[in-house]
Amino acid sequence: MILSVEDLSFRYNSHPVLKDVRCQARPDEIVAILGPNGAGKTTLLRCMNAMLRPKTGTVMLGEQEIFSLSRREIAQSIAHVPQHVEPPRVTAFDAILLGRRPWIGMNVRQNDILKVQAIIEQLSLSDLALRHVDAMSGGELQKVAIARALVQEPRVMLLDEPTSSLDLKNQHEIMRFIRSIVHTHHLTALMTMHDLNLALHYADRFILLKDGMVFAAGGEEVITAKLIEEVYGVPVAIRRWGGRCVIVPHADADASLESPGISGGTVMGM
Amino acid sequence: MHLDTSAVKEPGAYTGYIRKKILFLCACTAALVLLAFVSLGVGSVTIPFSDVIQTLVYHSSGNVEMIVWNIRLPRVLAAIVCGIGLAAAGVVMQSVLRNPLSSPYTLGVSQAAAFGAAVAITLFGAGTLGRLISDAIVVNNPYLVTICAFLSSLIATSVILLVAKYRSTSPEVMILVGVALAALFTAGTTFLQYFSSAEQIAAIVFWTFGDVGRATWSDLTIIVAVITPCLIYFMVKRWDYNALDSGDETAKSLGVNAERVRTIAMFLSSLIAAVVVSFLGIIGFIGLVSPHMVRRIIGDDQRYLFPGSCIVGGIILLGADTVARIIIAPAVLPAGVLTAFLGAPLFLYLLIRGNPS
Repeated sequence: MILSVEDLSFRYNSHPVLKDVRCQARPDEIVAILGPNGAGKTTLLRCMNAMLRPKTGTVMLGEQEIFSLSRREIAQSIAHVPQHVEPPRVTAFDAILLGRRPWIGMNVRQNDILKVQAIIEQLSLSDLALRHVDAMSGGELQKVAIARALVQEPRVMLLDEPTSSLDLKNQHEIMRFIRSIVHTHHLTALMTMHDLNLALHYADRFILLKDGMVFAAGGEEVITAKLIEEVYGVPVAIRRWGGRCVIVPHADADASLESPGISGGTVMGM
Repeated sequence: MHLDTSAVKEPGAYTGYIRKKILFLCACTAALVLLAFVSLGVGSVTIPFSDVIQTLVYHSSGNVEMIVWNIRLPRVLAAIVCGIGLAAAGVVMQSVLRNPLSSPYTLGVSQAAAFGAAVAITLFGAGTLGRLISDAIVVNNPYLVTICAFLSSLIATSVILLVAKYRSTSPEVMILVGVALAALFTAGTTFLQYFSSAEQIAAIVFWTFGDVGRATWSDLTIIVAVITPCLIYFMVKRWDYNALDSGDETAKSLGVNAERVRTIAMFLSSLIAAVVVSFLGIIGFIGLVSPHMVRRIIGDDQRYLFPGSCIVGGIILLGADTVARIIIAPAVLPAGVLTAFLGAPLFLYLLIRGNPS
């Protein structure tokens, strides 16, 4: 287990946000953290990265408690891509080079430059390298932010809504991109998501939060219509399409049965 | 995760891009050195360039020696060092507060330092009145003046940090904080003036004009001793400022203790503002103007923006002082008047443009 959270509770002032949260993540897998707005998804990610100190509970990175590590040591193992990336007026190359901050002292070494170049080549970002990030589209900016996280050479990546504000094409491009790097580099990725179908398509395991508690956790088998309804308060149907689960709002479920694109659907968990 | 770099070639285009930034820094440094030599020669007495060089190298005797070594050289060096210091404070404040309108002057830190220094001079007797207008106030206890100026500027800085923590660092909020602090401390200085004699009022008013001409060699020693360690610290931390430019969350995920970096940077910036104000009075807008000029040319990367802004800050203040010496010669204007003429329109332009960064 690379990252494990035990009995974690967190409160903002007197308002409890997370209560007795337990979850784990292993190498080579993508874990989607799901739940409605205010369920505590982003707070959980921030606790995992020691940005927020929980009231009780522990976060273990391998065998070490995360709060026993310095910020630099944490940054050498965990990379975080926040939901809102605030772009300064620097080139993509310089923005990615910043990811080497946990490894460098006063000056950049040639090896750091080469590592940035390596990640730029791997992610096919060469065309963007000398463009200023403040003039980039949301999708390009997100790729640069992920590249910066990767050049940190982390073991764990925490991504907060990596596909929010992206169009359909960019959503899938980013998710494919994350899946490929997770498997290529044997990383662990934990990401908060609102798009359940995107999560079902790309994640290996799921953690469903409701009111700051883990409502369910596990593989695709835990995602049932009943569970989604209980967590989100919206009736849904789950259909199989092309061997994959697709979640549709309940009002649309009948119509989707007749849709030429979705045939042979079977309702799960109803 | 380990990135294999064995098959990766050096990125030539990026190396060329960085080379241009370094070239810019070298050109600015050369311009500063050239301007310094020109500045040594101009004023109410014009000294030929060759005589300036000869005096500096061979220590010739006579009036030229006296003017160059005792009047012009400390003045030129004070302009360079204080220009560098104010620009450094400005660029660092803009970075850690993520606010393009920040500088010691626009946030009221300089005015706070001026109030503290005025308290030291009028109430604690750290300064005496001179007979001539050119030495209206003689600071006979520079340490006390600097300490009082620093303590007062810390009050302003603490208010800024509190607002930044509990409200926001948006340009509008910060500027309103600056307006409030400047008004408060200017009122404090006015209060002191109200209970002073006519001569003292004249002296304080004259003293608050930013003027590099009053710096002596001993003043310069203290200014350099305070500003140099701050500059070294800022240079060491320039990666942290780069990280903060991307937001606190990104900075923390890159191993930066954002709150500590911000607090130390603000306190050191206040210290720089305090020492400059204590010896030269209020010189506005250098900390605002120079980072914006350099940012337009070489971007936000603090590795180059910081030294570039410092050098350009030195050029602007030295240039302003040089022009101030010849514009109504033989009379000499305070350099702070010219920097305000240059800075105020830019400040308005930045406000109108909305989001300058």
